[in-house]
Amino acid sequence: MSNVPNDLKYAKSHEWVRDEEDGTVFVGITEHAQELLGDLVFVELPEVGDTVDAGSECAVVESVKAASDVYSPVSGEVIAINEALADAPETVNQDAFGDGWLFQVKLSAPAELDDLLDADAYSEVMESEEH
Amino acid sequence: MPFIPHTEEEVQEMLAAIGAASIDDLFDEIPASLRLSQLDAIPSALSEMEIDHLMNKRALQDGQPVCFLGAGAYDHHIPAAVWQITTRGEYYTAYTPYQAEASQGTLQLLYEFQSMMVALTGMDVSNASLYDGASALAEAVLMAVRANRKSKSKRILMPRTVHPAYRRVVRNIVKNQQIELVELPFDPQGGHTDPAVLEQYQGEDFAALVIPQPNFFGVLEEVDALTDWAHANGALAIGVVNPLALALLNPPGEWGGQGADICCGEGQPLGAPLSSGGPYFGFLCCKQAQVRQMPGRIIGRTEDLDGKVGYTLTLQAREQHIRRSKATSNICTNQGLMVTAATIHMALLGSEGLERAAAACFGNTRKLVDALGAIPGVTPLFDRPAFHERVLRLPAQAASVLRSLAAHNVLGGLDLSRDYPELGEAILVCATEKRTGDEIAAYAEKLARVIQLQGGVTCGLVPKE
Amino acid sequence: MLIYEQSKTGRYAPAQSPLDKADVSGLPEQFRRKRSAALPEVSEMQAVRHYTRLSRKNFSIDTQFYPLGSCTMKYNPRACNSLASLPGLVSRHPEAPESHSQGFMACMYELQEMLREVTGMQAVSLSPAAGAQGEFAGVAMIRAYHEARGDSARCEILAPDAAHGTNPATAVMCGYKVREIPTGPDGDVDLEALKAVVGPQTAGIMLTNPSTLGVFDRKIEAIAKTVHEAGGLLYYDGANLNAILGKVRPGAMGFDVIHMNLHKTFSTPHGGGGPGAGPVGVSERLIPYLPVPMVTREDDQYRWLTEQECPESIGRLTAFAGNAGVLLRAYIYARMLGREGMPRVAEFSTLNANYMLKQLQAVGFQAAYPQRRATHEFIITLKKQAKELGVNTMDFAKRLLDYGFHAPTTYFPLLVPECLLIEPTETEDKATLDGFIDAMGRILEEAKEDPEMVKGAPYSLPVKRLDDVKAARELDLAWRPGAH
Repeated sequence: MSNVPNDLKYAKSHEWVRDEEDGTVFVGITEHAQELLGDLVFVELPEVGDTVDAGSECAVVESVKAASDVYSPVSGEVIAINEALADAPETVNQDAFGDGWLFQVKLSAPAELDDLLDADAYSEVMESEEH
Repeated sequence: MPFIPHTEEEVQEMLAAIGAASIDDLFDEIPASLRLSQLDAIPSALSEMEIDHLMNKRALQDGQPVCFLGAGAYDHHIPAAVWQITTRGEYYTAYTPYQAEASQGTLQLLYEFQSMMVALTGMDVSNASLYDGASALAEAVLMAVRANRKSKSKRILMPRTVHPAYRRVVRNIVKNQQIELVELPFDPQGGHTDPAVLEQYQGEDFAALVIPQPNFFGVLEEVDALTDWAHANGALAIGVVNPLALALLNPPGEWGGQGADICCGEGQPLGAPLSSGGPYFGFLCCKQAQVRQMPGRIIGRTEDLDGKVGYTLTLQAREQHIRRSKATSNICTNQGLMVTAATIHMALLGSEGLERAAAACFGNTRKLVDALGAIPGVTPLFDRPAFHERVLRLPAQAASVLRSLAAHNVLGGLDLSRDYPELGEAILVCATEKRTGDEIAAYAEKLARVIQLQGGVTCGLVPKE
Repeated sequence: MLIYEQSKTGRYAPAQSPLDKADVSGLPEQFRRKRSAALPEVSEMQAVRHYTRLSRKNFSIDTQFYPLGSCTMKYNPRACNSLASLPGLVSRHPEAPESHSQGFMACMYELQEMLREVTGMQAVSLSPAAGAQGEFAGVAMIRAYHEARGDSARCEILAPDAAHGTNPATAVMCGYKVREIPTGPDGDVDLEALKAVVGPQTAGIMLTNPSTLGVFDRKIEAIAKTVHEAGGLLYYDGANLNAILGKVRPGAMGFDVIHMNLHKTFSTPHGGGGPGAGPVGVSERLIPYLPVPMVTREDDQYRWLTEQECPESIGRLTAFAGNAGVLLRAYIYARMLGREGMPRVAEFSTLNANYMLKQLQAVGFQAAYPQRRATHEFIITLKKQAKELGVNTMDFAKRLLDYGFHAPTTYFPLLVPECLLIEPTETEDKATLDGFIDAMGRILEEAKEDPEMVKGAPYSLPVKRLDDVKAARELDLAWRPGAH
């Protein structure tokens, strides 16, 4: 079973959110997600300054066997993207919750964080997908 | 029954293993109401000898007229080795190279093809083919709309000097995605797209400008000025080119200050016979920055477990079998065999051979136009340089002249009156490297006679100057 | 070694281009290339040897059994190639006048008629260049039909979750949204789920029958009724037509538009990835929208039907008449099959598939739908082996190559985990099938005794397993001078 850190929040579509508690959050995809995808070959990120909406596609993570959309778990403005992934997309596989972060958002609706799943609830989602 | 090897004995053994009484039982899940009893309207089977007889008769029926017709399909010399090798069973009956280790022949060949197209076009990346030049242009337009992040408009500038069938195909393929094709008129003097007509669109949002070279009339466009205008105006530049002409002409990768962003065209001149219009192949090339937006298959070089060089399909995640509704295109089967032929063709000719062939096309067309233009009333239109096609205005009805020539076993050219009525009774003629001096002289002689007989009869439309 | 790496500056094949170099001084400098294109510089002998050698690194139907599900890798009769290549046919210009095209047009007309008859549709257009283009034509016609009726509410195309990727990709290209319908555990589309989602927004449904799961959807008549009653149209993906050729007609199943894959059912060559041909057939109400050009017969003359004669057509999708040379090959094949041969294609491909299914089950493999008949193809799942032995479908596929068999289709449809979709076709004999089954049995044993060995396959091919992650991360898509 994949790692599911307790200090993060999650979306059903396998993204994680780390609240910086300064009105911004970092977003990435979970270890479970990168396992399903396999070795990443490319990450397409939004641009700094883009507006994102909760539940909308905003990035793509591409492996040899799949190209999956990443849905922003929150609404706001993209203030930073992980440029290192351009040369090293495998960082997402190696450290999905840390160095493999995708982008940082300045929240426009902080209350959305309450709609996200906690670690236990996300673990349940992972289990129910297991066949 | 042809091609089915089973003996009665084997059928019984197999049915026994399955546990079925008859082959018919194997269809028992299909509702009886749907089961067909027999096919009445289909003719009875023919042996190979019988179909051989029939096809020979049909082939002879159509004659083999001398071809002075181009318009997107050209009669070039194809070395004998090209199709002898291409129809080897290992190429002819191979499948798409999904199992890379079992397809290194095809995969390496496709990598070589991509390399040759990159060299010819001056671009960074080529795919492994699309259906034909027209649908390749449609895919290029779709790609430009996807790739041009700065543009929100989905508007494409499309010169009337682009092949009329291509413009129709593009419209038919892109119209359901709210993409608008804005037509650009051509200059009646030069037969090209005068960059000045773009001034009225200065500052407007366009995703791309399509630039043909040579254009449908055979005329050479001001590709540098057009490319630079597109870039200055935030649009991508899409080149539509003849690959044989590229042996002589400046390639799209070097147009203007930055080069074209995408280029496409019809690969038929490289080893595909005329064959009633197909199969041909479309090629599509782009700059490195757009590679992930490129539709169709792409082959990449890599290594195996022992570090040995090998080739494989790559970037498949963009394609329909993985990305499904978000794929760059719905294309699956492409034109693999035609690309095989084109690669062998290009290797056999090389740059030197292609240059000679292209130069001969240029020269022969000049000779043709000189010979035909000497006939009273026959006027070459458009005073700009051309590659291997030219427009001639006739002093008689084009359709009727061409019909008479056909009766003399000459395909004189394409009647332009339907797509370009403003040109009057005009035809598009072409002389490739295959046309001999005798053939040209014979054409001129026949045309002179036909015009003399039909002379002075026009269709009533007064050509505008 | 690449052809480039055998080049020598200044070398070329003098016999293959004009012996005199024509004067191009009439072409102004501003248009001219500054440097020659970097193409190979080899002799004719070198080129011939190089590409002949390369061909021998390929698997092909002519050399190996190729049971790729959904691809119909049957024997490609040689006569189809030689007769389609007769000089009078292969040299015909697409714009040649009708007076010089009657022989060619007769073949096209007769092919249209045969395809019409065998599919039970009302009219056929041969012009789409491949299955995916046929699908595009079909969905575009559905769109044209609804638009002509002024019904702009229809914005959705339905497709089963097991559908081939071209289906949803095509629907999106035609401006539709795609809604997936789940498949039931017995392989048929979930009719209740379908009923819940059809409505005034439904433009149509895209189905394959037999489905991509290798089974015949027994509820097809009910599905057709449901969609028609909601005002939608039915599209048939003809990829699996081989299973029912001459036995069942898509027209009788209620489909409004179908496409056929001539490079599957009608044995035109796969060519390393095309060219194909994807003719479409339609019911009465879609006739006005058929793509052009088509051939018609007036008295004893064959005439073209173009945009002029068919003003409501969705238009043309390639510059000329589609892959004419492919259509000729299909025509020749169809004439050789005749009315007697067509049903036997379905009968013997189905016999072969059912035989293989039983025998593979006997050596220990698990069918995805064990309670169903195989059609011309079937699925086995290696889920158990993947879990217990750590050897997955990809590993089996690669090890099969060592045994001299091309692997079946892997990982499609996505619905069945660790699947192999196996389609023998009717042109394979029992001994070949037995050889394949035997090999599968052996690999199963190898997977139990020496899983690592199987995971490292293949061993006997020109290359071992290739690193496709490296291929995608470090893109090397063209040779450049000085690069390697």
